[in-house]
Amino acid sequence: MGQTIAEKIFDRHLVDKPFRDVCVISLDAVFCHEITTPVAINDLAARNKDRVFDASKIKAVIDHVTPAKDSKTAMQGKILRDWARRHSIRDFFDIGRNGVCHALFPEKGFVRPGYTIIMGDSHTCTHGAFGAFAAGVGSTDLEVGILKGVCSFKKPDSIKINIAGTPPSGVYAKDIILALIARIGVNGATNAVMEFSGEVVDHMDMDQRMTLCNMAVEAGATSGICVPDMHTVDYLWPFIEKDFSSKQAALKAYQVYCPDDDAVYRDQMDFHVSDLEPQVTFGFRPDQVKTVSEMAGTKIDQVYIGSCTNGRFQDLAVAAAILKNKKIDDSVRCIVSPATPDIYTRALESGIIRIFMDAGFCVTNPTCGACLGMSNGILADGEVCASTTNRNFNGRMGRGGMVHLMSPATAAASALTGRITSAADC
Amino acid sequence: MKQFNGKVLFLDRSDINTDEIIPAKYLTEITKQALKPYLLEDLFLEGFDPQTDIKGCSVVVSRDNFGCGSSREHAPWAFEVNGIHMVIASGFARIFHQNMFNCGMMAVELEDQVIDTLFQTFAGKETRVEVDLNQFLFTFTSGSLVKKIEFTLSDFALSLVKAGGWVEFADKNY
Repeated sequence: MGQTIAEKIFDRHLVDKPFRDVCVISLDAVFCHEITTPVAINDLAARNKDRVFDASKIKAVIDHVTPAKDSKTAMQGKILRDWARRHSIRDFFDIGRNGVCHALFPEKGFVRPGYTIIMGDSHTCTHGAFGAFAAGVGSTDLEVGILKGVCSFKKPDSIKINIAGTPPSGVYAKDIILALIARIGVNGATNAVMEFSGEVVDHMDMDQRMTLCNMAVEAGATSGICVPDMHTVDYLWPFIEKDFSSKQAALKAYQVYCPDDDAVYRDQMDFHVSDLEPQVTFGFRPDQVKTVSEMAGTKIDQVYIGSCTNGRFQDLAVAAAILKNKKIDDSVRCIVSPATPDIYTRALESGIIRIFMDAGFCVTNPTCGACLGMSNGILADGEVCASTTNRNFNGRMGRGGMVHLMSPATAAASALTGRITSAADC
Repeated sequence: MKQFNGKVLFLDRSDINTDEIIPAKYLTEITKQALKPYLLEDLFLEGFDPQTDIKGCSVVVSRDNFGCGSSREHAPWAFEVNGIHMVIASGFARIFHQNMFNCGMMAVELEDQVIDTLFQTFAGKETRVEVDLNQFLFTFTSGSLVKKIEFTLSDFALSLVKAGGWVEFADKNY
């Protein structure tokens, strides 16, 4: 019987099946940040088990609140920093070198097709863009991952999503995933892997695939996943060139993780995007989605461009092209957070940062920032934000605030008017 | 093993997310106990006041996709330090569901119509539930009203509840 990508990865990592439907798999990487890891570290210490299974497979970053905003967040950073030193975890990224985990770790070459990855962060599904099985977990699963290098999962079904057609100009990966979530609902993929394929995905670069996979969890999915191809190899080439004689050879090796033609799926669906319009959320759930034209004119107080969903170079470039030689509306305040130092540097050197600043944006350091209302960019009661992030839950960006999720293009266009605005109208 | 019997808190909405259970601004706490005052602080539900309605409850009954959103285990912990060790719902988000059992707590799924019946029969009344883990049976009681409801748990989930959580289980086996 044929296999899905996830099944192939699980087969190669299976350590134990302690019960029917439960797979304990070995982990190729355990990613850590300063919010969910310190609790695991402290618990390991309290149990007299302050060890790590393999320091070279653990990657850690301070990204959610950085620079630290108070004594408590300073202590969270310190616990992670001290732990990384104590266990000689070389890949630890502190302020100055840190960035949003799901943008930074791929950029550093830590993800490969066929890998198994966990992190105490629900948007870990982002890394499935590389053909990896990557899942968010709680601090206890993380703790066991750190200690033993294993994690338990119910053997996941997959849902094959064939994204077909040609997206119209001005429609991005963000619009596609918002429309898809609206179609299947916030629990439409619970306990399943969303396997993205089709001509649209084939043409997407890795940044766009990461945007797509990032929001798989908003439909309840365990992981998003894309088939590894030459885009994947091109992105990874600086990190793998010593391992392979050619890009073709690398592709061939990674193709063992391509799904079989006769693989069995929980569900298969075609999703046509040729007539898709730019999308925006309107409620407190990511599946409450309308077209930008339906929502046009909605008054906003803040624009936020950044996050693990849309803080990458292409996202900033698209927004900057709309903002060039223009000013944001007087009624709105605007924040952009390049997701990593490398993205920030490239945006600086290519003049993108200048465009944002001339338009009237505040440029922050790389951080998760406003997305989850933990540090900067928090909304006051009754305020509204046009945001390129991934969650519009009630209170997400501050108690009493409303978040409208959208693409960087729509966010930039909205910055110019102070109202939700289609980029096509700029 | 944890204690699962007690007074029921009914939360009548689907998709109650982890930001509503414990807002991100409290994730700067590094002890479970510090989360206690903030449980369900951002859940705006008609007739529900977190300040008065949580006290004394041991079990939550709710609707579909409970615990969706963030991976934060602070959500189960916030329940735990308030003495709530079990959530019964018509569906759960995967990470929350796993986190509950990883902590030795229970997240039990029942059919939509069974949950409907529970809401219709007991919501708004002082209700208790007793859990029989040998016969997989809930007994809901409110005054003279009594309803017995069967449930299932996977072998893995049950062994985590009995072991007291995933760290204990994994450390013994791997």
